[in-house]
Amino acid sequence: MALNRDFLGRSFPPSEPYEVSRVKIREFADAIGDANPVYRDPEAAKAVGHPDVIAPPTFPIIVSLLDPGLADPDLGLDYSMVVHGAQQFAYTRPLRAGDVITTVTTITEIKSIGGNEKLTIETDVRTVEGELVCKSTNTIVEREAK
Amino acid sequence: MTATVRYTDVEVGTEIPARTFAVDRADLVRYAGASGDFNPIHWRESVAKAVGLPDVIAHGMFTMAQGGRFVTDWTGDPGAVVDYGVRFSSPVVVPDEGGATLEISGRVEAKLDDNQVVVALTARSNDQKVLTRAKAVVRLA
Repeated sequence: MALNRDFLGRSFPPSEPYEVSRVKIREFADAIGDANPVYRDPEAAKAVGHPDVIAPPTFPIIVSLLDPGLADPDLGLDYSMVVHGAQQFAYTRPLRAGDVITTVTTITEIKSIGGNEKLTIETDVRTVEGELVCKSTNTIVEREAK
Repeated sequence: MTATVRYTDVEVGTEIPARTFAVDRADLVRYAGASGDFNPIHWRESVAKAVGLPDVIAHGMFTMAQGGRFVTDWTGDPGAVVDYGVRFSSPVVVPDEGGATLEISGRVEAKLDDNQVVVALTARSNDQKVLTRAKAVVRLA
């Protein structure tokens, strides 16, 4: 279904603060099968210059995948037909345990490709103190119902 | 941020040896829980087929995470990653029996200023390229 072009350029309100914890980082690292000690052991992280355990590079997807604003029925996105088209992260620094972050998501592109609809969103991940930690650019494709 | 690979030790064309990663349904369930992405196409065959997919497929982000792990195991410090982006060109199909395998290799594509290099990744599953334009910018020692 064609997505509502009025949503192009729209930014959604900042998310509720999310606290990055050692436990969640370890759970995520376990789930991707990554045994790196800097995701688990604060001393190992400190040994390479981080104040606490850091999160794997793809961890920010947890806070940048599904802004509730994308569920607005007026946008017309059918999640059952959605696949992930592309993903990029630009990091100022790694996320780490103890960070309290909020995200602001903006719809930067809505485009038809064949019968599919392509939607690109950019998400700024900032600490509650205002430090930009990373920018996530996420392209999803709503496949044509057949 | 201390990567163990030194900028002066790599050249454009330096290859990072290929590795194979196994993916099964349990991995996808675990990833769904950890990431919060519970789309049933990643764990329920009937739903995947109903929306026109050949079978259950891996989360694109699970595949991207394996590429990330490939790069950070090479650099030594995951904090060395400055930028990481991929396109998902073909799904990783994960059958109930036996799962799937993912083969990832890498090559230094460019050397930039400030000890940074661009690593281009190749990721295949079942003879299909599952990622394209997969590149990580990392800051080496």
